[in-house]
Amino acid sequence: MDALDKRILNRTQRGIPVSEQPFADIASELDCSEDEVINKLQHMLDDGLLSRFGPMYDAASLGGAFTLSAMQVPEERFDEVTEIVNAFSEVAHNYKRQHRLNMWFVVACESQQEIQSVIKDIEQQSSLPVYDFPKEEEFYVGLYLPV
Amino acid sequence: MLDSTYQSRERKNAPLTSIEREFILLTQKGLPIVSRPYDHLAEKLKLSVAEILAMSEDLLERGVIRRIAAVPNHYRAGYTFNGMTVWDVQDDVVKEYGALIGRLPFVSHCYQRPRCLPEWNYNLFAMIHGKNEQQISEYRTQIKQLLKDVLQTSEHKSNDMLTSSKILKKTGLRLQANKD
Repeated sequence: MDALDKRILNRTQRGIPVSEQPFADIASELDCSEDEVINKLQHMLDDGLLSRFGPMYDAASLGGAFTLSAMQVPEERFDEVTEIVNAFSEVAHNYKRQHRLNMWFVVACESQQEIQSVIKDIEQQSSLPVYDFPKEEEFYVGLYLPV
Repeated sequence: MLDSTYQSRERKNAPLTSIEREFILLTQKGLPIVSRPYDHLAEKLKLSVAEILAMSEDLLERGVIRRIAAVPNHYRAGYTFNGMTVWDVQDDVVKEYGALIGRLPFVSHCYQRPRCLPEWNYNLFAMIHGKNEQQISEYRTQIKQLLKDVLQTSEHKSNDMLTSSKILKKTGLRLQANKD
Protein backbone atom coordinates (compact mmCIF):
# COMPACT_ATOMS: atom_id res chain seq x y z
CA MET A 1 0.00 0.00 0.00
CA ASP A 2 1.32 3.43 -0.86
CA ALA A 3 0.54 6.66 0.98
CA LEU A 4 -2.40 7.47 -1.31
CA ASP A 5 -3.89 3.97 -0.83
CA LYS A 6 -3.83 4.55 2.91
CA ARG A 7 -5.42 7.99 2.68
CA ILE A 8 -8.15 6.66 0.39
CA LEU A 9 -8.85 3.69 2.67
CA ASN A 10 -8.93 5.81 5.82
CA ARG A 11 -11.18 8.38 4.18
CA THR A 12 -13.65 5.94 2.61
CA GLN A 13 -14.02 3.86 5.81
CA ARG A 14 -15.76 6.82 7.37
CA GLY A 15 -18.47 6.87 4.75
CA ILE A 16 -18.62 8.36 1.27
CA PRO A 17 -20.80 11.34 0.35
CA VAL A 18 -24.23 10.62 -1.10
CA SER A 19 -23.81 12.12 -4.57
CA GLU A 20 -23.89 11.21 -8.25
CA GLN A 21 -20.10 10.95 -8.41
CA PRO A 22 -18.91 10.24 -4.86
CA PHE A 23 -15.41 9.16 -5.93
CA ALA A 24 -14.87 12.50 -7.67
CA ASP A 25 -15.82 14.22 -4.39
CA ILE A 26 -13.33 12.06 -2.46
CA ALA A 27 -10.68 12.78 -5.11
CA SER A 28 -11.05 16.52 -4.73
CA GLU A 29 -10.83 16.19 -0.93
CA LEU A 30 -7.65 14.15 -1.22
CA ASP A 31 -6.23 16.12 -4.12
CA CYS A 32 -5.91 13.22 -6.56
CA SER A 33 -7.90 12.07 -9.60
CA GLU A 34 -11.25 10.28 -9.61
CA ASP A 35 -9.64 7.45 -11.61
CA GLU A 36 -7.01 6.98 -8.93
CA VAL A 37 -9.67 6.65 -6.23
CA ILE A 38 -11.68 4.18 -8.32
CA ASN A 39 -8.72 2.09 -9.44
CA LYS A 40 -7.17 1.91 -6.00
CA LEU A 41 -10.43 0.98 -4.26
CA GLN A 42 -11.20 -1.67 -6.88
CA HIS A 43 -7.71 -3.07 -6.47
CA MET A 44 -8.09 -3.23 -2.67
CA LEU A 45 -11.43 -5.02 -3.09
CA ASP A 46 -10.02 -7.53 -5.62
CA ASP A 47 -7.03 -8.09 -3.39
CA GLY A 48 -9.16 -8.82 -0.31
CA LEU A 49 -7.92 -5.85 1.69
CA LEU A 50 -11.50 -4.63 1.60
CA SER A 51 -14.14 -7.13 2.60
CA ARG A 52 -16.81 -5.04 0.91
CA PHE A 53 -17.69 -1.64 -0.45
CA GLY A 54 -21.16 -0.14 -0.21
CA PRO A 55 -24.05 0.47 2.18
CA MET A 56 -23.79 -1.17 5.60
CA TYR A 57 -27.27 -2.12 6.69
CA ASP A 58 -28.62 -2.31 10.21
CA ALA A 59 -29.87 -5.89 10.10
CA ALA A 60 -32.56 -5.29 12.73
CA SER A 61 -34.18 -2.46 10.79
CA LEU A 62 -34.59 -4.81 7.83
CA GLY A 63 -37.33 -6.43 9.88
CA GLY A 64 -35.68 -9.40 11.55
CA ALA A 65 -35.21 -10.45 15.17
CA PHE A 66 -31.77 -11.15 16.63
CA THR A 67 -30.20 -12.28 19.83
CA LEU A 68 -26.80 -13.17 21.22
CA SER A 69 -26.81 -16.51 23.02
CA ALA A 70 -24.23 -18.39 25.02
CA MET A 71 -23.71 -21.88 26.36
CA GLN A 72 -21.41 -23.57 28.78
CA VAL A 73 -20.29 -26.63 26.82
CA PRO A 74 -18.19 -29.35 28.46
CA GLU A 75 -14.89 -29.58 26.55
CA GLU A 76 -15.41 -33.27 25.69
CA ARG A 77 -18.76 -32.43 24.07
CA PHE A 78 -17.58 -29.31 22.27
CA ASP A 79 -17.45 -30.71 18.71
CA GLU A 80 -20.75 -32.53 19.06
CA VAL A 81 -22.57 -29.44 20.40
CA THR A 82 -20.95 -27.24 17.72
CA GLU A 83 -22.51 -29.51 15.12
CA ILE A 84 -25.93 -29.28 16.76
CA VAL A 85 -25.82 -25.48 16.99
CA ASN A 86 -24.32 -24.84 13.55
CA ALA A 87 -26.91 -27.10 11.89
CA PHE A 88 -29.53 -24.40 12.56
CA SER A 89 -29.68 -22.09 9.55
CA GLU A 90 -30.87 -19.37 11.97
CA VAL A 91 -27.45 -19.42 13.67
CA ALA A 92 -25.44 -16.79 11.80
CA HIS A 93 -22.17 -16.51 13.74
CA ASN A 94 -20.74 -18.85 16.31
CA TYR A 95 -17.51 -18.32 18.24
CA LYS A 96 -15.58 -20.34 20.78
CA ARG A 97 -14.56 -17.95 23.54
CA GLN A 98 -12.34 -18.35 26.55
CA HIS A 99 -14.76 -18.29 29.45
CA ARG A 100 -16.96 -20.60 31.49
CA LEU A 101 -19.60 -19.70 28.91
CA ASN A 102 -17.46 -20.91 26.01
CA MET A 103 -19.82 -20.89 23.02
CA TRP A 104 -21.37 -17.61 21.76
CA PHE A 105 -23.67 -17.38 18.78
CA VAL A 106 -26.07 -15.00 17.07
CA VAL A 107 -29.57 -16.26 16.28
CA ALA A 108 -31.31 -14.40 13.44
CA CYS A 109 -34.99 -15.05 12.65
CA GLU A 110 -38.00 -13.31 11.21
CA SER A 111 -39.71 -12.97 14.60
CA GLN A 112 -39.16 -13.14 18.36
CA GLN A 113 -41.24 -16.32 18.64
CA GLU A 114 -38.98 -18.07 16.14
CA ILE A 115 -35.94 -17.06 18.21
CA GLN A 116 -37.47 -18.63 21.30
CA SER A 117 -38.30 -21.82 19.44
CA VAL A 118 -34.75 -22.12 18.02
CA ILE A 119 -33.32 -21.65 21.51
CA LYS A 120 -35.68 -24.31 22.91
CA ASP A 121 -34.70 -26.72 20.14
CA ILE A 122 -30.98 -26.15 20.80
CA GLU A 123 -31.53 -26.77 24.52
CA GLN A 124 -33.48 -29.94 23.80
CA GLN A 125 -31.00 -31.36 21.30
CA SER A 126 -27.93 -30.55 23.40
CA SER A 127 -29.46 -31.06 26.88
CA LEU A 128 -27.66 -27.86 27.88
CA PRO A 129 -29.15 -24.52 28.94
CA VAL A 130 -28.88 -21.60 26.49
CA TYR A 131 -28.37 -18.15 28.00
CA ASP A 132 -30.09 -15.46 25.99
CA PHE A 133 -28.70 -11.92 25.86
CA PRO A 134 -30.94 -9.90 23.55
CA LYS A 135 -29.85 -6.34 22.78
CA GLU A 136 -31.57 -3.87 25.12
CA GLU A 137 -29.86 -0.76 23.84
CA GLU A 138 -27.36 -0.16 21.05
CA PHE A 139 -24.78 2.53 21.71
CA TYR A 140 -22.54 2.11 18.70
CA VAL A 141 -21.88 -0.18 15.76
CA GLY A 142 -19.05 0.52 13.38
CA LEU A 143 -15.31 0.58 13.44
CA TYR A 144 -12.57 2.75 12.07
CA LEU A 145 -9.37 0.82 11.45
CA PRO A 146 -6.71 3.37 10.48
CA VAL A 147 -4.03 1.90 8.21
CA MET B 1 -39.26 8.32 -18.49
CA LEU B 2 -39.99 7.81 -14.83
CA ASP B 3 -42.88 5.63 -13.87
CA SER B 4 -42.50 5.86 -10.11
CA THR B 5 -41.21 8.44 -7.67
CA TYR B 6 -39.56 8.19 -4.33
CA GLN B 7 -41.18 9.95 -1.40
CA SER B 8 -39.24 10.46 1.77
CA ARG B 9 -41.07 9.17 4.79
CA GLU B 10 -38.96 10.78 7.48
CA ARG B 11 -40.12 8.43 10.18
CA LYS B 12 -37.72 6.39 12.22
CA ASN B 13 -38.73 2.71 12.36
CA ALA B 14 -41.02 3.17 9.37
CA PRO B 15 -41.42 -0.20 7.66
CA LEU B 16 -39.53 -0.57 4.39
CA THR B 17 -41.44 0.06 1.19
CA SER B 18 -41.16 -2.44 -1.64
CA ILE B 19 -38.92 -0.09 -3.64
CA GLU B 20 -36.63 0.30 -0.61
CA ARG B 21 -36.46 -3.49 -0.25
CA GLU B 22 -35.50 -3.69 -3.92
CA PHE B 23 -32.79 -1.09 -3.35
CA ILE B 24 -31.43 -3.13 -0.44
CA LEU B 25 -31.54 -6.41 -2.36
CA LEU B 26 -29.61 -4.79 -5.21
CA THR B 27 -26.92 -3.30 -2.93
CA GLN B 28 -26.45 -6.07 -0.35
CA LYS B 29 -23.37 -7.30 -2.11
CA GLY B 30 -22.05 -3.77 -2.43
CA LEU B 31 -21.95 -0.83 -4.81
CA PRO B 32 -19.98 -0.92 -8.05
CA ILE B 33 -16.79 1.13 -7.80
CA VAL B 34 -17.40 3.22 -10.90
CA SER B 35 -17.69 6.93 -11.59
CA ARG B 36 -21.49 6.94 -11.32
CA PRO B 37 -22.29 4.06 -8.94
CA TYR B 38 -26.02 4.81 -8.66
CA ASP B 39 -26.84 4.86 -12.38
CA HIS B 40 -27.46 1.11 -12.69
CA LEU B 41 -29.76 1.19 -9.64
CA ALA B 42 -31.74 4.06 -11.11
CA GLU B 43 -32.16 2.08 -14.30
CA LYS B 44 -33.18 -1.14 -12.54
CA LEU B 45 -35.63 0.57 -10.18
CA LYS B 46 -36.95 2.90 -12.88
CA LEU B 47 -36.18 5.97 -10.78
CA SER B 48 -34.00 8.99 -11.47
CA VAL B 49 -30.52 9.13 -9.95
CA ALA B 50 -31.74 12.08 -7.86
CA GLU B 51 -34.47 9.87 -6.44
CA ILE B 52 -32.01 7.06 -5.69
CA LEU B 53 -29.84 9.59 -3.83
CA ALA B 54 -32.87 10.88 -1.91
CA MET B 55 -33.71 7.31 -0.93
CA SER B 56 -30.12 6.70 0.22
CA GLU B 57 -30.22 9.86 2.33
CA ASP B 58 -33.52 8.83 3.83
CA LEU B 59 -32.33 5.31 4.68
CA LEU B 60 -29.20 6.82 6.28
CA GLU B 61 -31.34 9.26 8.22
CA ARG B 62 -33.56 6.45 9.50
CA GLY B 63 -30.56 4.31 10.47
CA VAL B 64 -31.44 1.51 8.04
CA ILE B 65 -28.10 2.23 6.33
CA ARG B 66 -25.38 2.86 8.93
CA ARG B 67 -22.97 4.28 6.36
CA ILE B 68 -21.90 3.83 2.74
CA ALA B 69 -18.26 2.95 3.05
CA ALA B 70 -15.22 0.83 2.43
CA VAL B 71 -15.02 -2.00 4.96
CA PRO B 72 -11.48 -3.23 5.47
CA ASN B 73 -10.79 -6.85 6.23
CA HIS B 74 -9.70 -6.70 9.91
CA TYR B 75 -6.98 -9.29 9.51
CA ARG B 76 -5.51 -7.83 6.33
CA ALA B 77 -5.46 -4.37 7.96
CA GLY B 78 -3.41 -5.85 10.80
CA TYR B 79 -6.18 -5.89 13.41
CA THR B 80 -5.86 -9.53 14.37
CA PHE B 81 -6.82 -9.28 18.05
CA ASN B 82 -10.30 -8.75 19.42
CA GLY B 83 -11.90 -9.08 22.78
CA MET B 84 -15.49 -9.00 23.96
CA THR B 85 -15.21 -6.90 27.09
CA VAL B 86 -18.14 -7.20 29.50
CA TRP B 87 -18.91 -4.94 32.46
CA ASP B 88 -21.13 -4.90 35.52
CA VAL B 89 -22.33 -1.28 35.48
CA GLN B 90 -24.88 0.34 37.83
CA ASP B 91 -28.23 0.07 36.05
CA ASP B 92 -29.18 3.71 36.54
CA VAL B 93 -26.16 4.97 34.56
CA VAL B 94 -25.55 2.17 32.06
CA LYS B 95 -27.04 4.13 29.14
CA GLU B 96 -24.99 7.22 29.84
CA TYR B 97 -21.76 5.23 30.16
CA GLY B 98 -22.61 2.95 27.24
CA ALA B 99 -22.81 6.00 24.99
CA LEU B 100 -19.42 7.17 26.32
CA ILE B 101 -17.75 3.79 25.69
CA GLY B 102 -19.37 3.52 22.24
CA ARG B 103 -17.56 6.69 21.19
CA LEU B 104 -14.10 5.20 21.76
CA PRO B 105 -12.40 4.69 18.38
CA PHE B 106 -11.33 1.08 19.05
CA VAL B 107 -14.84 -0.09 20.04
CA SER B 108 -16.75 -1.71 17.17
CA HIS B 109 -19.95 -2.72 18.96
CA CYS B 110 -21.35 -1.50 22.25
CA TYR B 111 -24.60 -2.83 23.66
CA GLN B 112 -26.58 -3.04 26.86
CA ARG B 113 -27.77 -6.61 27.40
CA PRO B 114 -29.64 -8.24 30.28
CA ARG B 115 -27.84 -9.88 33.17
CA CYS B 116 -28.49 -13.55 33.74
CA LEU B 117 -27.84 -14.05 37.44
CA PRO B 118 -26.18 -15.87 39.03
CA GLU B 119 -24.22 -17.10 35.99
CA TRP B 120 -23.73 -13.74 34.30
CA ASN B 121 -23.72 -10.38 36.05
CA TYR B 122 -22.54 -8.18 33.15
CA ASN B 123 -24.92 -5.70 31.49
CA LEU B 124 -22.59 -3.74 29.16
CA PHE B 125 -20.78 -5.34 26.21
CA ALA B 126 -18.04 -3.58 24.22
CA MET B 127 -16.12 -5.34 21.46
CA ILE B 128 -12.59 -4.02 21.04
CA HIS B 129 -10.05 -4.50 18.25
CA GLY B 130 -6.29 -4.09 18.15
CA LYS B 131 -3.08 -5.10 16.44
CA ASN B 132 -1.65 -7.13 19.32
CA GLU B 133 -2.46 -8.46 22.76
CA GLN B 134 -0.86 -5.52 24.52
CA GLN B 135 -2.96 -3.07 22.55
CA ILE B 136 -6.29 -4.68 23.43
CA SER B 137 -5.20 -4.94 27.04
CA GLU B 138 -4.48 -1.20 27.04
CA TYR B 139 -7.85 -0.49 25.45
CA ARG B 140 -9.54 -2.58 28.12
CA THR B 141 -7.72 -0.60 30.81
CA GLN B 142 -8.94 2.66 29.22
CA ILE B 143 -12.55 1.45 29.40
CA LYS B 144 -12.03 0.35 33.00
CA GLN B 145 -10.73 3.79 33.85
CA LEU B 146 -13.83 5.43 32.35
CA LEU B 147 -16.14 3.09 34.24
CA LYS B 148 -14.28 3.05 37.55
CA ASP B 149 -16.92 4.97 39.52
CA VAL B 150 -19.89 2.95 38.27
CA LEU B 151 -18.58 -0.62 38.23
CA GLN B 152 -20.08 -3.00 40.73
CA THR B 153 -19.73 -6.66 41.58
CA SER B 154 -23.20 -8.07 42.00
CA GLU B 155 -21.71 -11.53 41.38
CA HIS B 156 -18.22 -12.84 40.79
CA LYS B 157 -16.24 -10.01 39.15
CA SER B 158 -16.87 -6.48 37.95
CA ASN B 159 -15.63 -7.10 34.41
CA ASP B 160 -14.14 -9.67 32.10
CA MET B 161 -12.79 -10.04 28.58
CA LEU B 162 -13.68 -12.97 26.37
CA THR B 163 -11.23 -13.47 23.54
CA SER B 164 -12.34 -15.62 20.65
CA SER B 165 -10.29 -18.75 20.22
CA LYS B 166 -12.09 -20.13 17.17
CA ILE B 167 -14.67 -19.09 14.58
CA LEU B 168 -17.14 -21.99 14.55
CA LYS B 169 -19.52 -20.50 11.99
CA LYS B 170 -19.73 -17.25 10.07
CA THR B 171 -22.43 -16.53 7.54
CA GLY B 172 -23.62 -13.19 6.25
CA LEU B 173 -27.02 -11.91 7.24
CA ARG B 174 -29.01 -11.41 4.08
CA LEU B 175 -32.42 -9.99 3.41
CA GLN B 176 -34.65 -12.71 1.96
CA ALA B 177 -35.58 -11.87 -1.60
CA ASN B 178 -38.92 -13.66 -1.40
CA LYS B 179 -40.27 -11.79 1.62
CA ASP B 180 -43.05 -9.26 0.97
